Amino acid sequence: MTELSLESASTVPAARGAIGSDLRMQRVRSAWIFLAPTLFMLAVVAGWPLTRTIYFSFTNASLTNLSGAEFVGLKNYLSWVTLKSGRTIFSGLLADPAWWGAVWNTLKFTLISVSVETALGLIVALVLNAQFPGRGLVRAAILIPWAIPTIVSAKMWAWMLNDQFGILNDILLGLGLISQKIAWTASPDTAMIAVLVVDVWKTTPFMALLILAGLQMVPGDIYEAARIDGIHPVRVFWRLTLPLIRPALMVAIIFRMLDSLRIFDLIYVLTPNNAQTRTMSVLARENLFEFDKFAYGAAASTMLFLIIATITVLYMWFGRVNLEGER
Amino acid sequence: MKLLATVAILGAIVGGGASAAELSIAANATGKAAEFLRARLGEFEAKTGNKVNLVTMPASSSEQFGQYRLWLAAGNTDVDVYQTDVIWAPQLADQFVDLTEATKDVTAEFFPSVIQSQTVNGKLVALPMFTDAPAIYYRKDLLEKYGKQPPKTWDELEATAKELQEKERAAGQSDFWGFVFQANAYEGLTCNALEWIKSSGGGQIVEPDGTISVNNEKAAAAIDRARGWIGTIAPEGVLAYQEEETRGVWQTGKAAFMRNWPYAYALGNGDDSAIKGKFDVMPLPVAAAGDQPSSSLGGWNAAVSKYSDEQEAAIELVKFLASSEVQKKRAVELSNLPTLPALYDDADIAASQPFMASWKPIFQNAVPRPSAVAKVKYNEVSSKFWGAVHNTLSGNGSAAENFELLEVELTELKGDAW
Repeated sequence: MTELSLESASTVPAARGAIGSDLRMQRVRSAWIFLAPTLFMLAVVAGWPLTRTIYFSFTNASLTNLSGAEFVGLKNYLSWVTLKSGRTIFSGLLADPAWWGAVWNTLKFTLISVSVETALGLIVALVLNAQFPGRGLVRAAILIPWAIPTIVSAKMWAWMLNDQFGILNDILLGLGLISQKIAWTASPDTAMIAVLVVDVWKTTPFMALLILAGLQMVPGDIYEAARIDGIHPVRVFWRLTLPLIRPALMVAIIFRMLDSLRIFDLIYVLTPNNAQTRTMSVLARENLFEFDKFAYGAAASTMLFLIIATITVLYMWFGRVNLEGER
Repeated sequence: MKLLATVAILGAIVGGGASAAELSIAANATGKAAEFLRARLGEFEAKTGNKVNLVTMPASSSEQFGQYRLWLAAGNTDVDVYQTDVIWAPQLADQFVDLTEATKDVTAEFFPSVIQSQTVNGKLVALPMFTDAPAIYYRKDLLEKYGKQPPKTWDELEATAKELQEKERAAGQSDFWGFVFQANAYEGLTCNALEWIKSSGGGQIVEPDGTISVNNEKAAAAIDRARGWIGTIAPEGVLAYQEEETRGVWQTGKAAFMRNWPYAYALGNGDDSAIKGKFDVMPLPVAAAGDQPSSSLGGWNAAVSKYSDEQEAAIELVKFLASSEVQKKRAVELSNLPTLPALYDDADIAASQPFMASWKPIFQNAVPRPSAVAKVKYNEVSSKFWGAVHNTLSGNGSAAENFELLEVELTELKGDAW
């Protein structure tokens, strides 16, 4: 986003055209000066590690011998040998079914979790936007799940979801909704559901807060006018509220999407480490640190970066998201 | 305040004079182990004047290994001593100090096989603190109540577990299960499955000569048998259980049989245990009479990081932790198996842990995981193996199908040589 604000700093005055070129030069210069510390920090904490990871993905580095890494080209991504029999065997990340399984798991998780969170977040935000006594307290209270570190809430939920001692099974049994204890995190089908439930519980407040901020920007007189004209509230929501908060909504969705595409902690803590729930980040970590395949893990990390970048760009393109806050 | 400052300065002077070292040891803390280790480190501090910090690690050994790898790769100088699993020696050998010279006065007292397991290319990577071989824990009160004998084969275990489960449930214990074990997808499942396979005559995944043997009928039958336990005599939740979750079910009196390591013995006889004095242990069953009972060889060792700047003091600590004195306390308090043959005849240990004397042959016949042959590729071998087993157990393909696939993957992983 830094680049975007930089762009606005330099292009907006140009578009206006009326300002003298000296002044413009000066403004551009001060913009750079003010941005320099941020750019420097970004380069150090994000740029450098990213470059290193991309570099390692083209080598045969192992964790115990990073300095002795040799360049091997695209071998970690894709390579093939043609056998004497004429059969061609592909290897590398792009030919690895485990990788594509992880990609699919991640996309599935992102799609479902972000959709549910957006819908719930919208409802919560609309409720919180209404005037009622104790609103401040409720607004603070609803943020609690978001404030708990993910690893803590994951562990907490792991015990609540435990099949033998978990409170969830106990409640459901008591209510007569289930006839026997369910091993939530054990079987692949319910494990994904369990992770989704915990993620929705945790991040809906975040969505609600961002959407609420958007809602509060909507001027009240529009609603007044609608009420005088006798427009049905549902129609008001679809025709007025939603279009007006769309920029805020789109930004909130982007944040959540970036976050859930790199989901690691919940999956890692809550589910058995098997192919049905493994995500891109889990796979990358496994190769980087547990197996002796650092370079392969670096390739997976690079692909993860590229996939997230592509999805974000596509989303912004199709959603016409304006991150400068203008409409 | 003044007094405190004086004491601090005095302490610094005295400490400085004795050239005290400040050491850190990374160790996992399951059950009472952390408390125990802190007490021993206190003794070491009093004896030598060195200071030792305990860095506690996660209970899951896979996670612990990942963290070690990161620290060692970064040349971390903060951690001097690492508590290491028996299977890690070949993978981490380059990062640890060779202990051969420093410990040659004591190595003769250890079981040669245990020292051998920590020796890589003639280099002694770590000194064994205790060894491990799992057992079947059984409720002797329930077996007596229903007139049953401790089972010798897996089928007998299944039948007895089923009967006990039905009868106990009928008696009002609706949560009672026949058998609990570790089937989460992690290193522990490799141990469990290796035991099922080896005790059925199905080999040990990768043989010592490097042959990949896992794709055979006996191995597949062993896993299919275990598949039949899930949801019948074992809760479906075992698919997400590690050691401590199993112990939770067992120690609250909700299971007739449990497969676990010896540490659960002392804890099960603790004052807060619902089954104190009501259980006993026995060797793992076999598939058919004549098969060899096979426990996975476990055990923990202490190694000195080559990046440590206090190597001498660190070696001293390692020798202290593996000493007869500490191992004896460990056996008495934590029911960990000693790595010194002499301790198996010790009267105090025999009095507090009566099972231990009979455990010597079991761990001596324990089956090692293929870590020595697969070397740095072991973790991936293990991960693929437990993946195939977990798939089978959760109903995702038959054992035969999954092992056929596993063989292809392992062959590819092996390449020209391990």
